[in-house]
Amino acid sequence: MESLLYLVLAGLMTGAIYALVAIGFTLLWQTSQTINFAQGEFAMLPAFFMLVALNLKLPLWLAILLGVGVSILLLGLAFKRLLVDPMLRHGVLPLAIATMALAIFLKESVKEFYSAEAQRFPSLFPEQKVDVGGAMISIQSIGVFLVAIAAVVALQLFLSRTRTGRSMQAVAQNPTVARILGVPVERMILLTFAINAALVALASALVTPIYLAKFSNGEVLGMAAFVAAIVGGFNQIRGAIAGGFLLGIVDNIAAAYVSTQYRAAIPLLILIVVIMVRPQGLLGRAEERTV
Amino acid sequence: MNTKFLTGVLAAAVLSLGVAAASAQNPPIKLENVAELSGPGATVGTNWKNGIDLAIAEINAKGGILGRKVEVNHADSQSNPGVARSLFQKAIDANPYALLGPGYSGSVKVTASLAEAAGLAQVMGGEAAELTMAGHKNLVRTSFGQQSSMPKIAKYIAEEVKAQAVAVVWVNNDFGKGGRDMITKELAARNVKIVADLSTEAGQADFAADVVKIKNAKADVAFIYLNEEESARILKELHGQNVKIPLIGETTLLGQKVIELAGVAANGVKGHVGLTTDAPVPAVQEFRKRFQAKYNYVPDHNGIKGYLSVYMIKAATEKMGKVDAKALPAALHNITITPDKEPGILMEVTVDEKGDLDRMSFLGEVVDGKQVIKQVLPKLK
Repeated sequence: MESLLYLVLAGLMTGAIYALVAIGFTLLWQTSQTINFAQGEFAMLPAFFMLVALNLKLPLWLAILLGVGVSILLLGLAFKRLLVDPMLRHGVLPLAIATMALAIFLKESVKEFYSAEAQRFPSLFPEQKVDVGGAMISIQSIGVFLVAIAAVVALQLFLSRTRTGRSMQAVAQNPTVARILGVPVERMILLTFAINAALVALASALVTPIYLAKFSNGEVLGMAAFVAAIVGGFNQIRGAIAGGFLLGIVDNIAAAYVSTQYRAAIPLLILIVVIMVRPQGLLGRAEERTV
Repeated sequence: MNTKFLTGVLAAAVLSLGVAAASAQNPPIKLENVAELSGPGATVGTNWKNGIDLAIAEINAKGGILGRKVEVNHADSQSNPGVARSLFQKAIDANPYALLGPGYSGSVKVTASLAEAAGLAQVMGGEAAELTMAGHKNLVRTSFGQQSSMPKIAKYIAEEVKAQAVAVVWVNNDFGKGGRDMITKELAARNVKIVADLSTEAGQADFAADVVKIKNAKADVAFIYLNEEESARILKELHGQNVKIPLIGETTLLGQKVIELAGVAANGVKGHVGLTTDAPVPAVQEFRKRFQAKYNYVPDHNGIKGYLSVYMIKAATEKMGKVDAKALPAALHNITITPDKEPGILMEVTVDEKGDLDRMSFLGEVVDGKQVIKQVLPKLK
């Protein structure tokens, strides 16, 4: 019983990270029809920005802040201006392919300019463990879960309770009407990219102490988050959150009770079933498009 | 003026011709290295490459091999056997004196036949038992094969730890499968029961479920046989889940990189170590200092393996008294290299007719973030 409890709690921790990255998929899709296949690499890269700061002997909290800041500039604003804007006018598919190329570029750059080897990354939380219903859970896991949840809640509050957040939602729902109503659409879209960059940077700081900093980390995270976003509903933030948690828990339980070898296939199986049975995702909204 | 100028030009031309003739007589010895410089095996390949470069720099500084300088070209297999095979063919086409690498057993397995067909020596880092058992005449190890190391670990688990139930965790590649098969056989021969047989994937990041299985297996000991980065990740998870049973492994569980990555989670880990820079051997300690001075980190066993690969070629070539690529594979077999004749070999080593090694080895434990050698196991013969 403790084992199952542990697996569920560990799954929640992993799922919270998946959710943070998956939310980015939905945010970018809703506001600018961007599918960012470099999203996993976006969650890998900030850890290296932070490592550079740590190598300069800066404290961890400052390194994380700097990492988030640099990520917002490069993975948010520069990404939008230099890649998304020029490519999007050619359609969604060229942009998607361009982000795949960007993913390769980012991986190879980290390999070339930092290291191909895994690097240790300090944790924000202590190594001690606490007893939760008979299962020994590390404070690090609990901390990761709580910080990720706090970030998701803060984002939801921002989107629903602030004028800027509501403007962003208006842009996501109907940019033409939003523009007529005086919403600065371009600025809102840019802000969405900045928020996505901040979220992936946070995910990076939370998960890297566990996964170690490595150029290839984005492959696992990106794929898991993409699947989570589709399973939950690509056009709903709450869908991405639900998909993230579902995948985190199912992955752990499948590995323990079904098969370690086929653990990677289970989320894909869920993806296929969801696409066949409920294409809009578990919590997604059916969309109709004129073609 | 014109006469002086012409004389000068002629002298320069004669000198250049002399230098060209001398270098044509003594062209550099070319080595080709194919290693895991990126991908899951980057730790392995980077250490291996740096060890090679250090050995070559030392050898060249002392005049080279039989008066000829040594050069190496490094190629990145990306830890992918398919890429390794194509790069190996490219390396052979460059007409080298010998081939170095790869470090991953799966990559060695798919490249050994190419080296054999080309008649070139392949000095490699793979440890899977089957590599030398397949009968490749040109293959030479730089470390123990699993058929040499696993009996020592099984003996340690059965006789010193006195374990009766063992959880075996292995990585699902040629290295892991080979180790799992050998340890299973050796533990069975000592009546030790395997209560959990857990396969994991190369590059796996999350070990929560695997550790839960280890806990549920009620094993006396967990034998962990993964590559370095995965070793560090599972140690962190074992520490996180408060697993207290002895964690025993081979060199890949106690290596410097694993200790660096796993931090406090590596403390208490025990195992057999074929090569380590913590070995109580002065020559190894000196090597460690030189490596650290050049690369600013402590090498793991792969760094020593890369270093030794070049010195093994040097010793065999000097024994032949000639630079003969086709004769080198035979010269690298049935040879004993001693540090008094070749200091770069660090510890006396004997290579048998299959390319397997006999050398002293160690039982180690990680104490306060450092590998401590608890016992020296002498050379078998």
